[in-house]
Amino acid sequence: MSPRYVSGKVLGSLGTLAFVIVFNFFLFRVVEGNPVATLFRGRNLTDAQRAAMRHQFGLDGSKLDQFWHYLVQLAHLNLGRSYETNATVLSEIGAAAWPTIWLVGISTLLSTVIGVAIGIVAAWRRGSVRDHALTSFTMTTYAMPDFWLGMLLLIVFSVLLGWFPIGGISDPTSNTTGIALLADQAYHMVLPCLTLTVAYLGEYAIVMRSSLLDTMREDYLTLARAKGLRDVLVRRRHAVPNALLPVVTLIAINFGFVLSGAIAVESIFSWPGLGHATYAAIRAPDLPMLQGLFLVFSASVIFFNLLADLAYAYLDPRVRTS
Amino acid sequence: MTALAGGKTPSARRITWIRRRRAFAGAWRDYRASTPGLIGLGVLVVIVIGSLAAPLLANHDNLDPSKTLTTPLWASPSQLSPLGTDNLGRPIWDQLVYGSRVSLLVGLAATVIAMVIGSVVGVVAGFYDGWPSAVLMRVTEWFLVIPFLPLAIVLASILGPNVRNVIIVIGITSWPGTARVIRAQVLTVKQRLYVERSRALGAADRHLMLRHIVPNVSPLILANTTLTVPIAILSETTLSFLGLGDPLRASWGRMLDEAFSNGAIGKNAWWYYLPPGIGIVLVVLAFTLVGHALEEVLDPRLRERRS
Amino acid sequence: MSTPLLLDVRDLHVTYPSGGGVPAVRGVSFQLERGETLGVAGESGCGKSTLAGALLRLLPPGTEVSGEVLLDGENVLTMREDRLRAVRWTELAVVFQGALHTLNPVKRVGWQIEEAITTHERGIPRSELRGRVAELLETVGIPGRRAVDYPHQLSGGQRQRVLIALALACSPHLLIADEPTTALDVMVQAQVLRLLEDLQRDLGLAVVFITHDLSTLAAVCRRLLVMYAGRVVEDGPSDEVFGSPKHPYTAALAAAFPIIGDARFRMAPSGLPGDPPDPRHLPSGCTFHPRCSVARPECASRAVELWPAGEGRRAACVQVLDEVPT
Ligand SMILES: Nc1ncnc2c1ncn2[C@@H]1O[C@H](COP(=O)(O)OP(=O)(O)O)[C@@H](O)[C@H]1O
Ligand SMILES: [Mg+2]
Repeated sequence: MSPRYVSGKVLGSLGTLAFVIVFNFFLFRVVEGNPVATLFRGRNLTDAQRAAMRHQFGLDGSKLDQFWHYLVQLAHLNLGRSYETNATVLSEIGAAAWPTIWLVGISTLLSTVIGVAIGIVAAWRRGSVRDHALTSFTMTTYAMPDFWLGMLLLIVFSVLLGWFPIGGISDPTSNTTGIALLADQAYHMVLPCLTLTVAYLGEYAIVMRSSLLDTMREDYLTLARAKGLRDVLVRRRHAVPNALLPVVTLIAINFGFVLSGAIAVESIFSWPGLGHATYAAIRAPDLPMLQGLFLVFSASVIFFNLLADLAYAYLDPRVRTS
Repeated sequence: MTALAGGKTPSARRITWIRRRRAFAGAWRDYRASTPGLIGLGVLVVIVIGSLAAPLLANHDNLDPSKTLTTPLWASPSQLSPLGTDNLGRPIWDQLVYGSRVSLLVGLAATVIAMVIGSVVGVVAGFYDGWPSAVLMRVTEWFLVIPFLPLAIVLASILGPNVRNVIIVIGITSWPGTARVIRAQVLTVKQRLYVERSRALGAADRHLMLRHIVPNVSPLILANTTLTVPIAILSETTLSFLGLGDPLRASWGRMLDEAFSNGAIGKNAWWYYLPPGIGIVLVVLAFTLVGHALEEVLDPRLRERRS
Repeated sequence: MSTPLLLDVRDLHVTYPSGGGVPAVRGVSFQLERGETLGVAGESGCGKSTLAGALLRLLPPGTEVSGEVLLDGENVLTMREDRLRAVRWTELAVVFQGALHTLNPVKRVGWQIEEAITTHERGIPRSELRGRVAELLETVGIPGRRAVDYPHQLSGGQRQRVLIALALACSPHLLIADEPTTALDVMVQAQVLRLLEDLQRDLGLAVVFITHDLSTLAAVCRRLLVMYAGRVVEDGPSDEVFGSPKHPYTAALAAAFPIIGDARFRMAPSGLPGDPPDPRHLPSGCTFHPRCSVARPECASRAVELWPAGEGRRAACVQVLDEVPT
């Protein structure tokens, strides 16, 4: 991978980030019209208090001044304060980030591994009963709204069977610490994690299957068989690695999107992550929070896109060596 | 074939027309060979007819809680057929039938918006060289990285919750993928045209566009449409579930939102949360099956392999 | 007959499963002795690659293959899987059509050659393996250090040479070269052809050349086989077949020239109108009659077979019957 390729990709991502930052400003301040009204809605405040709050949230002065203020604050990593809790948006997001990263990280790992495996098995025996069964299953999970799947799992495993808690990240009545707390959190994570895993594995299975089917038509597989290789080796050495290339990219890109895609599932399970925070911010409505979350979500998509590009370039010699 | 296609006589045009019709008949013959595609099409026809015939199948008055004062609350299907009632005594069946209209309408209308933007951007960016194309592609890439759901949420909360706005929000957040696919196809077609003869003979842009580009990308647009509709329907469902849908009109997503927030899970009122979910799965699955079958039939690359 | 023929193909039929059955090869027989060169000619779509694929059972699953393919006296079509794998590449190797796509794009070319060797010979030390790969590459005129390159880093001609080196990796007795020069520049075509000729002579290889360019074959091969719509329509010594064709199709091919450049263009033989027939809808009688300039009324109904047409020659055309003294 040439340094020029890498720096080009990084610069491109920075450009996209700049776009998102500007877009973010206009989305929330200009299109919305009057954030002040939202801010003051339902509060009994004196004029002085209003002026102070306007200043605090950077809502006084012209749009240009506001934009400048926004940029300066952003440069100091200051995303403002939540209308609801008055804590800094950064600290609120920081607190909510870890539960989401764990949940999405583990479920993405599971859904990719399982999805890719299903895709391989289905494609290799294309048209078999097993292929039809697996493909029907993955297409169905793909067609389910993720939160509805979550509801079903919640009903079966929490309400009817009582095996798992109905929500939250830990048992609020006990005050365990250390390993016991960790175990409790893992226990609470099972259902949301299962939901996201099943909801997303369909896409990976479908993409892996069609990628492998494309690869299986390639002439170099015929060559590999002609050389006298066993089918297993043809698959393991030639077909699957090549078919995985585009899927790896998809996984990396998707990871960025799933961080924000878990909004509905997190709210079903009251999982205190970024999605749940977004849900609360919509209901409030808490504009600084929404704006901060939007920025974080976009930045993570940009970051994982960059990662996907670099991973692809690293894995594919056609890009790496040119 | 070279002898026929080059001429400018009316008969050449008729031959083109006949050839297209034959191609269409051939495409339909190939499509019929796909069992999943036929199943999907069958399910779609049934659901679309059902939603169009909603006034015959269900009673719209039953959606208004002030008019369902006599029906029992949380009635199970055995108490009130066919599907029981919700927390306000409104029959689920009537909500389900009328809800299909909103879900389909949003899915289709939002897809139309996305396809129009995506196709125009894709064709223009692929057809013209130089900076307009570069700028369009940059913008497309920007939009590709904006996480869809948060953007849709922000837009929906800014614009206000009603069906029209939900359509707009989903439409303008769903076009970049299409733009990219279409542009790639236009570039291949253009490549082929240079290799062949039209450009060399000094054909006008308009002629190129109408005779070559449009016929070659429209199958792709069709396949993309059928694959975008289910995503749009799922998006509507999620937005409604998050409380950003039209509060005045039942949709399957809003039914699920209400079922969840009114405690259908605790009451285990399966007749409330199962039907809309199953409806969504069926419609999404049907569109996806049709889309994949169409893709097989129309995808130029697959077509080339077969010849 | 002390040693069996190297290759003896008897009444080979191949039918692809798609669209209710595509009979791509319909009763082909031919023999090949050790060290012999045979050319197979015909327009694209007449079943040449299918024939090549059938010899090692490389066709897609579901394809029906019948007849016999005796390789050194053993029938490939009924062989057990493990024996088949052992025969592949050690007895018969193929230089596949389309060098662009035949090499795995994400593996180093040296690795791809090594893989062929290690599949058939276990426990070769790394250094020796490296040496053999370098040697093979040098044999085809590529510096040994290019072994670490990926296919895309080589030119079209170099890739074709790598494919040839790969085919030689397990010292097969028989090489099948399927359109080895089609996608190449004219200059490079000549070089690759010369290379194949040299190798054939030096290593005593038997080679089956497949191409649609009859003139190339005439220069390189001793014997020639002309295919049309899945059948052999003429065979005989190459200079005679090329110089005085007995079948009107061969005559048209001999007068033809391929359009260089766009691979999607079928070759357009001068004086040969129309496209080759779709295997699913073959014309009645002689399959060539709709395009034949000297067709007679009887050609539309009369079945043709390979009739003797002079010393060591056969042709499937009713014309040759006229010449036979009664
Ligand atoms: N996998 C396949 N499935 C169905 N038909 C095929 C397949 N491969 C080749 N054919 C058909 O078989 C015929 C012979 O093809 P091929 O052997 O590739 O011809 P050639 O090598 O002489 O150009 C053609 O009509 C082609 O369309
Ligand atoms: Mg061929």
